[in-house]
Amino acid sequence: MDKTGYGVQMTTTEAVHGGVPELTPARWTDSKRYAWLLGLLVPTLPFIAWGLVEVTGLGVFWFFGPLFVFGVMPFLDHLVGDDAKNPPDSVVQWLEQDRYYRWCTYLYLPLQYTSLVVACWLWAGGGLSAVESLGLALTVGCVCGIAINTAHELGHKRASVERWLSKVALAQSGYGHFFIEHNRGHHVRVATPEDPASSRMGESFWAFLPRTVTGSLKSSWELEAERLRRGGSSPWTIKNDILNAWAMTVVLFGALTATFGVAVLPWLLVQAVFGFSLLEVVNYLEHYGLLRDKREDGRYVRTEPRHSWNSNRVSSNVLLYHLQRHSDHHAHPLRRFQALRHFDEAPELPSGYATMIVLAVVPPLWRRVMDPRVLDHYDGDVTRANIHPRRRERVLRRYGGENNTAGLVA
Amino acid sequence: MSAFRCPECGFTYDEEQGNPREGFPPGTGWSAVPDDWPCPDCGVESKPDFEPAA
Repeated sequence: MDKTGYGVQMTTTEAVHGGVPELTPARWTDSKRYAWLLGLLVPTLPFIAWGLVEVTGLGVFWFFGPLFVFGVMPFLDHLVGDDAKNPPDSVVQWLEQDRYYRWCTYLYLPLQYTSLVVACWLWAGGGLSAVESLGLALTVGCVCGIAINTAHELGHKRASVERWLSKVALAQSGYGHFFIEHNRGHHVRVATPEDPASSRMGESFWAFLPRTVTGSLKSSWELEAERLRRGGSSPWTIKNDILNAWAMTVVLFGALTATFGVAVLPWLLVQAVFGFSLLEVVNYLEHYGLLRDKREDGRYVRTEPRHSWNSNRVSSNVLLYHLQRHSDHHAHPLRRFQALRHFDEAPELPSGYATMIVLAVVPPLWRRVMDPRVLDHYDGDVTRANIHPRRRERVLRRYGGENNTAGLVA
Repeated sequence: MSAFRCPECGFTYDEEQGNPREGFPPGTGWSAVPDDWPCPDCGVESKPDFEPAA
């Protein structure tokens, strides 16, 4: 197993350099360094949409956000291809302390909220038809959903300013509880039947969506209530990180409604629901069918790269701050995005997230592409997968016998 | 008073300081921390995985 995790790396460096951290990137350059700025294109999607509508006179371009994410991105993933290169261990500490990379994430937020305000102005008085307003709401929803990815990167860090910015980024989707559930729930229980955000083999995205939305909400509340109870406090306090994060949403939506009128409220709700659904479909891709074994003492084995699906598709990776290097992220959650690595032993998705989302919303297509890969990952033994209880018999009947698994793997 | 360190991310629980945010006031012994308490920073390791800090 790789033992160059965040903490271990620091110890080694300190030992070698007598407590003085190595900060020089000797003879190594980050080929993606300036590509990370492309992530800031995402929060400008509503402006690009508006520009395209003005230039072409075609209202369909209000839908530019979904057209870009589900149409252009899969094409770019295919065209640009993979990059499996990793930064050498000796430069990781230098790479992580370089504040340039942090600004690539921080700057998402002002752009995100500028585009939201402009969208409200357009909904309120831009003369858009209902269909055009819907198109703009879905475009803003793409910004909102991918803001959860920015919040995800920020929320894993120790610095309180980054944790606070994470909550700010989540305000647009009303998904402030993600900050708790993801770090304290999902990361602890990932790739087990107990995790609402780990999808199971045989479970369609449409069955997963209500399970993860309600399960994550319930779990986050229980985790936060337990933390506060230990300190002798009731969960009904502003110290509750779920309540203070949701309060940001109430203030945000309230201020926008007060400024632009009640007509913007339905569109704010549409973009929020679309935004968090986009996050949840990404959750669906990340651990489908993967299962951590139990040890003799009843605890699950430590999360390793083999417990998350990985993708090295360059274009989706640069727009999502390496989220697709998900295997390393779960094994070493504090690693900053620019330092995440590819592992040969991690199961690999056949394409980038944008393509896989399109497959996920069409369950027969998803099963056709992914079920054989889960089976392959477990050397043809489907019983080692995380199987959806309601589909268990069907999955075992289909993939369980030795005679019919061989043909499916091939 | 002792301290215990997460082997993944280096987060350290110091009995003397406790961890008020996590609901453990200063002076809370390691034995009073529940076994299923996960590392609050990385979530990868839980209390039984923590190692005594030097």
